[in-house]
Amino acid sequence: MTSKRVGIESSLAVSEAVRLANVDVIAAYPITPQTHIVESLAEMVANGYLDAEYIPVESEHSAMSACLGSCAVGARTFTATASQGLILMHEVLLVAASLRLPIVMAVANRALSGPLNIWGDHSDAMITRDAGWIQIFIENGQQAFDQTLCAFRIAEHPDVLLPTVINIDGFHVSHVIEPVYILDQKSVDEFLPPYKYPHPLDPDDPITMGCFAAPNLYTEARKALDASVRASKKVILDTWKKYGDLTGRYYNPVEKYKADGAETILVTMGSYSENAMIAIDDLQDEGKKIGLVRLRLWRPFPYEEVQEALSAAQNVIVLDRAISLGGPAPVCSEIRAALYTLDKKPQVASVVGGLGGRDISPDNFKTLIDLAMQKLKAGETQEIIMFGVRE
Amino acid sequence: METLAIYAPKLVTASDYIASGHRACSGCGEVLAVRYVCKALGRNTIISNATGCMEIVSTPLPETAWEVPWIHTLFENASAVASGIESGLKALKRKHGYTKEVKVVAMGGDGGTADIGLQSLSGALERGHDFIYVCFDNEAYMNTGIQRSSETPFGASTTTAPAGKLSMGQHTQKKNMPAIAAAHNIRYVATSCSSYPFDIMNKIEKAKQIKGPSYIHILSVCPTGWRSASNLTITMGRLAVETGIFPMYEIEDGKYTLNFDYPKLRPVEDYLKLQGRFRHLTKENTAEIQEHVLTEFNRIRMLAGKKIK
Repeated sequence: MTSKRVGIESSLAVSEAVRLANVDVIAAYPITPQTHIVESLAEMVANGYLDAEYIPVESEHSAMSACLGSCAVGARTFTATASQGLILMHEVLLVAASLRLPIVMAVANRALSGPLNIWGDHSDAMITRDAGWIQIFIENGQQAFDQTLCAFRIAEHPDVLLPTVINIDGFHVSHVIEPVYILDQKSVDEFLPPYKYPHPLDPDDPITMGCFAAPNLYTEARKALDASVRASKKVILDTWKKYGDLTGRYYNPVEKYKADGAETILVTMGSYSENAMIAIDDLQDEGKKIGLVRLRLWRPFPYEEVQEALSAAQNVIVLDRAISLGGPAPVCSEIRAALYTLDKKPQVASVVGGLGGRDISPDNFKTLIDLAMQKLKAGETQEIIMFGVRE
Repeated sequence: METLAIYAPKLVTASDYIASGHRACSGCGEVLAVRYVCKALGRNTIISNATGCMEIVSTPLPETAWEVPWIHTLFENASAVASGIESGLKALKRKHGYTKEVKVVAMGGDGGTADIGLQSLSGALERGHDFIYVCFDNEAYMNTGIQRSSETPFGASTTTAPAGKLSMGQHTQKKNMPAIAAAHNIRYVATSCSSYPFDIMNKIEKAKQIKGPSYIHILSVCPTGWRSASNLTITMGRLAVETGIFPMYEIEDGKYTLNFDYPKLRPVEDYLKLQGRFRHLTKENTAEIQEHVLTEFNRIRMLAGKKIK
């Protein structure tokens, strides 16, 4: 394996991964902040660095719809979107999963209207949580590159055949220039086998895709899809192992940072984890028994790994970068559900913050942890802590 | 036409690509039209079908009536899916040694074409994908229970634009989809009707020869929604054409040709009186429809370079 370390915007690192994956079709509509990904892909196609059909569709709905078509004839297919674009696609996302079309998508996560806000948070990803896609979160440009390549291998694996999304925090990751190791073509070709869709639309072997299911079959169809999404974890773990062996960069569904033996564990997802790490370093230096756990695999939800990582702690503080209006914060609610069946469960505090691009600096994280600890000590864990809100 | 009818059936392929046993209503003109379209398309075809009657009657899991590769995903996106299929095949040919010559076809009803699917159709036509779009226009959302669409004709009563004490039903004129398609400067646009099998097949044959997008709008008689006798399906379509209500024409590279002209059009009354959806119309309403039909027919005649009679 050889790779080159370059300073590159994370969006462009994703495009490099897509180029190395030698995709056949890209269909995209310009919604900032994913725009740089598809702009650079368009440029590669225009200059012959990537041999692909680039479909400049007239909406995000059509972007994902075109992806259904190209994927169904057996072409390796990629798109990128964000925010309103992702929720405009929502209807089509469910079909991609139910037709078992292994489309790969990068989402530069950001807030949803209203009010209109173009900055980052996880609102868009949470709304599409139940669509049947494999969903992976990353924290920096290197991970964005690595996971985009892994996504093709996972999605297209004959035991999986499910669409896969890489969630990249809008602006905080997508627009940041970082050092990234870009793999060489030969290594990518060894890691990523050619796409071979088992049942393409083919006049020599005509199939019907997208039948309707009456009440006598719908439940079975949904059950089968759910089982497939859950079963995909095996291939995800295997792919990450292979990628780790190739590059030395290993990934796990749940990743711990100085969390062993910690009394209190902060749980984060996405790029704010890196600020949280700095806060954890400082707090440990001060002698506090606090660690960090980052959730990487969002769907299928890694119950066992979450239980393993958190069960020994007394306190868990979960940060959500999305709000479920009138309900529990989405990541926290799933963490709580995963812990509920344990005999000895930690107390869980739920914090919502970093909405619509608001920063949470390492110092902010310390304040956030203090606030949460007060609530945990007082046993007030029902209420969500809205961090940094000006009342 | 009369002499053609004697020998032409022998020239038509016996192969069908939509099998009998589908669940269309008796007297369905749309499924007849689909059958002729498929005959003319042949086996080297991939169909992207919008949600609607033809999807529902042909594919209850685990059955299918389709003998060509066929995909249904959603209501409003048949053209976008077709764009993806066409682009995917192009990439496969260029990069992976794919050699088959396949025609990509998107199809939908009037709602899936002129209402909810208009944006994705416009996008696909504008981008110039090599595909045929076929609109099977039965003039309302029949699959969901006869709700009005923008293709429902003036004066028709539907469940969402019903005739009542204060309403004569649909109060807007039929949206001119062929003109909208032609405004994308595509090479071939045509209208046809489920009662004219050879016309349908000839026009599909022409569209197949076009490299790039083409659009065919087929009036498809719907006894269920039109509240007409199911044994009059062929008659109804012919009356729509012979009264001038549905002109049959082609637009080739912008040039109009009127395929069926008559020294004297039949009165619209002949067509309207056989359908329950028009039963409430007054003499004044009928006169208004008659005047509009003549104006529109003369407009097409003029576009086709004919003298106004």
